[in-house]
Amino acid sequence: MKMGDQIVSGNGLEASDNNGRILLLACGALAHEILTLIKTNAWSHMDLTCLPANLHLYPDRIPAAVEKSVLKNRAQYAEIFVVYADCGTGGLLLKKCKELGVKMVEGPHCYSFFETNDTFAKLAEDECTAFYLTDFLVRQFDAFVWKPMGLDRHPQLLEMYFGNYEKLVYQAQTNQPDLDEKAAKIAIRMGLNYERRFTGYGDLETTLHQVAR
Amino acid sequence: MSDEEDDIILAELSDDELVLQMHDDLYDGMKEEIEEGVNILLGRKWQPYRVLTEALVAGMTIVGNDFRDGILFVPEVLLAAGAMKGGMETLKPLLIESGAPRMGKMVIGTVKGDIHDIGKNLVGMMMEGAGFEVIDLGINNPVEDYLEALSREDADILGMSALLTTTMPYMKVVIDTMIEQGIREDYIVLVGGAPLNEEFGKAIGADSYCRDAAVAVETAKGFMANKHNQLPAG
Repeated sequence: MKMGDQIVSGNGLEASDNNGRILLLACGALAHEILTLIKTNAWSHMDLTCLPANLHLYPDRIPAAVEKSVLKNRAQYAEIFVVYADCGTGGLLLKKCKELGVKMVEGPHCYSFFETNDTFAKLAEDECTAFYLTDFLVRQFDAFVWKPMGLDRHPQLLEMYFGNYEKLVYQAQTNQPDLDEKAAKIAIRMGLNYERRFTGYGDLETTLHQVAR
Repeated sequence: MSDEEDDIILAELSDDELVLQMHDDLYDGMKEEIEEGVNILLGRKWQPYRVLTEALVAGMTIVGNDFRDGILFVPEVLLAAGAMKGGMETLKPLLIESGAPRMGKMVIGTVKGDIHDIGKNLVGMMMEGAGFEVIDLGINNPVEDYLEALSREDADILGMSALLTTTMPYMKVVIDTMIEQGIREDYIVLVGGAPLNEEFGKAIGADSYCRDAAVAVETAKGFMANKHNQLPAG
């Protein structure tokens, strides 16, 4: 399946009609990664539907959007698995998933589960001045960070937003020199030191392996 | 028509016109114009507290309401806050000198492990605007820093802020330590931050979760009024 980040950021992605037994209901920011894992592991019984990634700009809207999609799709699937972490919902998404009887990815957010939750928790105290980007966020930096924060129109806000940060950590899911180069340039724009860490898919991959069984 | 003819000369406006213009300038985040407006009103012998409440706080209330209603977004609110801060820098020493009314004293800070301070700074500024003395501990505060400041400052209110799901549980560490030390009931504890909600605030034992800066101000005022009402007469 070919799909641009634009699609998953703006309108989401409808589940394909392939009679998959398990539906992965995911954040659009994870679509590329999940489709790669499905293809690599030949999980033909797993189907994917995505909510717009820009819901992350309004985390309080995520639980209701997940609920709507679960209710819309549950009749067609034996199981629905929610591929979101807490993602700034303050526990409300977990509560909603429990109400709906569906499971979700463990952890606070994708920066954590890509790094693996255990490793991220250990790093967190020493890295509280780190700003994280994933493959998706490097590709979509202007659309998801720069413009929504108004930095394209009001560059004087940069210090207010990022003045307490010290470094940008690019958590690379894949080895793509062009993304590395772009992330390094973003760090310069933000006035931050730069570090690239290859994470692969971390707990996302191990979790989906468990779901696929 | 030239640009010059379009420009509004603040000093030529009447008091009422100037205050309304300052509300507009705050809304548009025009820091220099706000600073100029504050100085003009002070030059016209307005009391600093009156400048603060009628020009700045009233203007920021409009900004806060439009943010709450989805008309304004974070960048615009930050620009407005930056403009208000410009005016506050002039007013703050004058307010202290002129003995403006004091509503109470608040210690505020972002919790340990968290460096996000935009919300905390907005709350601090609006609390100051509402007449509270604010002791800002900055970011990444361990429990010891909060407790030491509360005691040292003889504060009424503790305000804690967090932006991260991973750091917000630390608020409970602070509140539990206050309970252990038998000082929990000595302070009003207000919490806020993007991933928080009312349920979380109740679960950790805070007095109130505050959705935004305006709510924080109103909540603090309400608690302080109750506190005064409970003081023994005489």
